[in-house]
Amino acid sequence: MSENAGLKAKLGLDVFKPLGKPHIRIRPGMEKDSRLKAAVTGCPAGLYTENEKGEVTLAIDGCLECGTCRIACGTDVLDWNYPQGGEGVQFRFG
Amino acid sequence: MERFEVIIIGAGLAGLAAAYTLAGEGIEVVVLERGEFPGAKNVSGGRLYLNPVRPLFPSLWEDAPFERKIVHEGITLLAKEGSVALEYSGEELRRPPGHSFSVLRSRFDRWLAERAEERGAAILPNTLVERPLVEQGRVIGVRAGGEDLAADVVISCDGALSLTAEKAGLRTPGFPRDYAVGVKEVIALDPGKIADRFHVSEGEGSARLYLGEVTKGMFGGGFLYTNRDSISIGLVIRIEDIGGEAARSVPALLDEFKERPEICSLVRGGTTAEYSAHLIPEAGLRGMGKLYGDGIIIAGDAAGLALNLGLTVRGMEYALASGYYAAQAFLRAKGKRDFSAPSLEVYRSLLDDSFVLKDFRNFAGTPDVLDNPRYFEHYPELAAAVFRDLYKVPAGSKDTLFSTVRRHVDLKEIWSILKDLKKASAI
Repeated sequence: MSENAGLKAKLGLDVFKPLGKPHIRIRPGMEKDSRLKAAVTGCPAGLYTENEKGEVTLAIDGCLECGTCRIACGTDVLDWNYPQGGEGVQFRFG
Repeated sequence: MERFEVIIIGAGLAGLAAAYTLAGEGIEVVVLERGEFPGAKNVSGGRLYLNPVRPLFPSLWEDAPFERKIVHEGITLLAKEGSVALEYSGEELRRPPGHSFSVLRSRFDRWLAERAEERGAAILPNTLVERPLVEQGRVIGVRAGGEDLAADVVISCDGALSLTAEKAGLRTPGFPRDYAVGVKEVIALDPGKIADRFHVSEGEGSARLYLGEVTKGMFGGGFLYTNRDSISIGLVIRIEDIGGEAARSVPALLDEFKERPEICSLVRGGTTAEYSAHLIPEAGLRGMGKLYGDGIIIAGDAAGLALNLGLTVRGMEYALASGYYAAQAFLRAKGKRDFSAPSLEVYRSLLDDSFVLKDFRNFAGTPDVLDNPRYFEHYPELAAAVFRDLYKVPAGSKDTLFSTVRRHVDLKEIWSILKDLKKASAI
């Protein structure tokens, strides 16, 4: 199993309640900001990927709401909020 | 506008401790929790040390849903190839009422929320606080779920990111240097196997810390706790160190850690039940945010109340205690009918006189001492190399033990160790 498939399978074990709209967005024009590299390696759910053009994209499904990307990249780069009440990951063990 | 005496943001240990204490005094208190139930968003390593907080909640602990009483404390220095492990077992760890206990926060926090509710606290799950309501620099309530709610005091226990304090202008976004990320798997495992593999009897458990190759030399470490019928295993890495030269992803580091022979034999046959991640404030005294303002008190991780003490990483006792003292501060302020910052300053002095800020002052120098790459790469490699050669029986004749050690620990090395020891005197 590739690293990414393994991570997806692991995230599949968690309980997620559907998200209304993405609660974290890369601010328009910041996709190539070097601070995003730390999110690519640091996001525990592997949600940030860099494409061949050097732009980073974010796929929000599977977000563990830890806040690593907010600390790593800062609020100039990310528009960061928690999901609405009752949405997103719901830990059964924690 | 609906009105409460106290609104608490976040049903974690700080918020629930405050709610439990306030409700016990007949205060009208509501806890707003964005998760589906209290505990749904909460994660820790985790182990709770009971001694500091036992007296603050005297009748609470009898039926607490602890996982196991920790009776073995292990530390393992992981080199690239090989490791050196040390384990401490002590009768005092075993003796009632117990020194520390492994916990799973989703279960534990739900239980604590029920205790607070029994005393009359209202807990509203599925409720995200959008922002504090601020009027002329004074927090007068919160906006949550599209409604405005008013309170004499808002106790903000919304976790390490502390968005409420930020929106109230009491702190700025944190820096990568001051925070670590913890990732963890809970691996379901038969209690009989746990007993055999960790040499524990029923209800007893083991805690282990791993330093070195687990973080590839980055600031942080690995941890393992035995729960009733599962094992919590994970690692903690400082965010500033992520994405450096090595650029191994955090999830990949956890997988590699689990594949180490030292670990995989312990979790063999287990099935991962949950994967989680959480932020940890690690700057100690230097990173502590403002603790109060007009109409607002900040407690737990939101106030930066977590400490990495090297051998122990602590946060949950500080969360419970700061929630308790936040409640006490409210009660005193209520006596004066004054909820302004000068009146709530008593929160700071209560914490000052308690183990919480005494620990923070005692360990103020620890983060800087630990910020030494030698601890996370050099010493684990050195320890493993010394033991490798001490145990080695080569094809020819074997060197004396002393000269074997000296080959690794030359004068230059001794000098470096002495320098590290001198710095470590601040620990």
